[in-house]
Amino acid sequence: MSEHIAHHDEHRDDAGSKLGMWLFIFTELLLFGGLFLVYSVYRLQYHQNFHEGSLELSVTIGAINTIALLFSSMTIAMALTAVQRQNKKLALIMIGLTLLMAAVFLFNKYIEWGAKFHHGLYPGSELMDGLDRGHLLFFSLYFFMTGLHAFHIIVGMILLTVCFVKVKSNKINNDRFVLLENGALYWHLVDLIWIFLFPLLYLIS
Amino acid sequence: MSNKNAHAVEHSGTDYMLLGKILVLLMFFTFATITITELDFGTLTLTVALLIAGVKSYFVIAYFMHLKHEGLLLKILVISVFILYILIVLITLIDYYYR
Amino acid sequence: MSNGVGKVEYVSYLEHKGKYTGIMSWLTTMDHKRISLMYMYGVMTFFFVGVVLGLTMKVEHLTPGETIMKAQTYNGVFTVHGIIMIFMVVIPGLSAVFGNFFLPILIGGKDVSFPKLNLFSWYLYITGSILAVVSQFMKAGPPDSGWTFYAPYSSSTGTSVIMATTAAFILGFSSILTGLNFIVTVHRMRAPGMKFFNMPLFPWSLYATAWIQLLATPVIGITLVMLIAERLFKIGFFDPALGGDPILFQHLFWIYSHPAVYVMILPAMGAITEIIPTFCQKKIYGYKAIALSSLAIAGVGFLVWGHHMYTSGMSENARWFFSLLTFIVAVPSAIKVFNWILTMYKGSIDLKPPFLYALSFIFLFIIGGTTGLLLGSVATNVQVHDTAFVVAHFHYIIFGGMGFAFFAAIHYWLPKMYGRMYNIKIANIAAVINFIGFNILYFPQFVIGMQGMPRRYYDYPAEFQPAQIFSSIGGFILAFGLVMMVWNLVKGARSGEKAPDNPWGGSTLEWTLPSPPSLENFDEAPVIKENPYDYK
Repeated sequence: MSEHIAHHDEHRDDAGSKLGMWLFIFTELLLFGGLFLVYSVYRLQYHQNFHEGSLELSVTIGAINTIALLFSSMTIAMALTAVQRQNKKLALIMIGLTLLMAAVFLFNKYIEWGAKFHHGLYPGSELMDGLDRGHLLFFSLYFFMTGLHAFHIIVGMILLTVCFVKVKSNKINNDRFVLLENGALYWHLVDLIWIFLFPLLYLIS
Repeated sequence: MSNKNAHAVEHSGTDYMLLGKILVLLMFFTFATITITELDFGTLTLTVALLIAGVKSYFVIAYFMHLKHEGLLLKILVISVFILYILIVLITLIDYYYR
Repeated sequence: MSNGVGKVEYVSYLEHKGKYTGIMSWLTTMDHKRISLMYMYGVMTFFFVGVVLGLTMKVEHLTPGETIMKAQTYNGVFTVHGIIMIFMVVIPGLSAVFGNFFLPILIGGKDVSFPKLNLFSWYLYITGSILAVVSQFMKAGPPDSGWTFYAPYSSSTGTSVIMATTAAFILGFSSILTGLNFIVTVHRMRAPGMKFFNMPLFPWSLYATAWIQLLATPVIGITLVMLIAERLFKIGFFDPALGGDPILFQHLFWIYSHPAVYVMILPAMGAITEIIPTFCQKKIYGYKAIALSSLAIAGVGFLVWGHHMYTSGMSENARWFFSLLTFIVAVPSAIKVFNWILTMYKGSIDLKPPFLYALSFIFLFIIGGTTGLLLGSVATNVQVHDTAFVVAHFHYIIFGGMGFAFFAAIHYWLPKMYGRMYNIKIANIAAVINFIGFNILYFPQFVIGMQGMPRRYYDYPAEFQPAQIFSSIGGFILAFGLVMMVWNLVKGARSGEKAPDNPWGGSTLEWTLPSPPSLENFDEAPVIKENPYDYK
């Protein structure tokens, strides 16, 4: 092994990695922050239309998804505790549960979007083009925000799958768990954003 | 902070029970929001819904993300980022409010 | 090294034998110093592409009407010039090049916190840059929206805007990751005993910059994605025809792009702050004021974006509010200028090339800054908005400020980076030529801008011709000076005489190292001083 590689391997700074993840979360918050800003501006202008638009969304599906994400947030936090307490089996179960909840969330999203598409309500469709400005903006925001959020769910799932494999092969253990810690932080971010998306899109009827 | 891997040495982690209690609390707030928005307080509804969302995110950040047990630096950073974002939104809305 | 036994034999980072040799040893390197050089080669290459585009515009302006290109070509040229210069040269310029090289060294660290991420940022930078350049040659024609991509034109024009915005998005991501890396580095990689207020001021300015990169760039990221979605899926956020509001695009765009101006200028100020005490052999005046003014600029700089939009139809109340905030942000910049000048007072000044460039920087920055106040006040802004006056103003800030600071920094640190010295006499002559050329090029634009010459027009009324020709001549003088400067630097880096460890008598940590430094920077633990600038 050359010196060059050794130079970079010997350095380990878990607190630094975690700080890095937090900073990345700040970036993500501002990324969604831009969208929330667009939402606030248009809602201020088209208050009534947003109100009507949200009637088209199913509060039940939204609530189920909220619960799924909150639950998964707890399970991933428990997985971290389990790894720290050297309970590998429980950790695997908890990460597995988190992934399951993520899948439930995406499935619901699929049903929801599918129904909208079925009714001809999707960006660029004739129905969308015929809407007045407020409704159009509401549904544009709905598709864009939930779409971007779903994309983050998928990224989070990939990250947590990697964590699952590494816990299984003991690469993540009670001495080295910063990867799982960062994966969990990312997952909580996804949850945090949904906590705001849910009332803003579903509950303004 | 002197020991770079200080937290790797002590790792009891957050108690399972505490995490469970937080979840119950979050669920309660979720149903509270849904009920409140169905009752309809007019323009106040969204404000209340957002306030509850704020409380929920406090619990997620403080307990699930363990911010409560992090150093002062991180706490200050998180708060500053939120303040900065709120300032940006408010300043933008000045334009739209008075237009 | 890793076993910590005995003294390490010195091998410079340029000659260090790693796993790979030749070009691969560069493309796979995780050494912050090599990554810095790779950034520099990229930045310098694109800079000259941008310069050539700028010169073609000056040639076009030699006569009214069509000289060498059609109006549409001119639209493409100024757009590409803007995209290249802003996103590929100025934003990564000082922070990615000199920040990468000297941030870890100045705080006594071995590397940045995440070396792999650092290399990844460089690859993102190159990918984004290639995309941006390719977008110029697409069938649809080069993007013609200006570097600002204002909607609704950008969402309806037929040119290859999608590719250019994707490029800007990727470049932004590279910038975010660099910023993230630097913040963690400052917090975690400082040598034992190096407190925040023992750091030199270049790291301070990089730290403030990194926060802007981290928190402002995602806003432009999401805005560009929305713009792309608008073009691809007709999700209308900004195009009034689709229900959107174009002014909201301008808000989002400037929420990033105004702080981005500080991403450009803060590291420049930081580099100048390193150079001035060295060539005056005097302790910096007001260390804490300079350090904290960096943070103040970063903080207040977030809240002043609206001064780019006085004429866009923003509400009256928002306009005076933004104007007020703009005047506040001028204060910390002025504090810095004041401190630089007081540092020179009664110092033993040595007019070497870095100091000449630093002096030029201060002079040009004062002109750019005060004309900025003129633009920051609503009443005058309405008169000169979108005229050559604005063009002159931001070139004085961006080129006269950041560009000249880059030249100052490279003349200051090149002996350390390559271990060789350039010809000082030629460098001095080039510096004077650059300064003269720059002023001849841009100063007339203040004048014709006041008289009503709009920006971004390939044509103009005949009465502006004398000033335009004068300005074009300045462009060629400047280009000549730049070629002379770079030729001298390249020759120095390749075959100049060996540079001593501390050619300028500097007091910060990089000058305690051999030139060029070894792979690990500090083979022995550095001695941390209470004040990094302790000249007697």
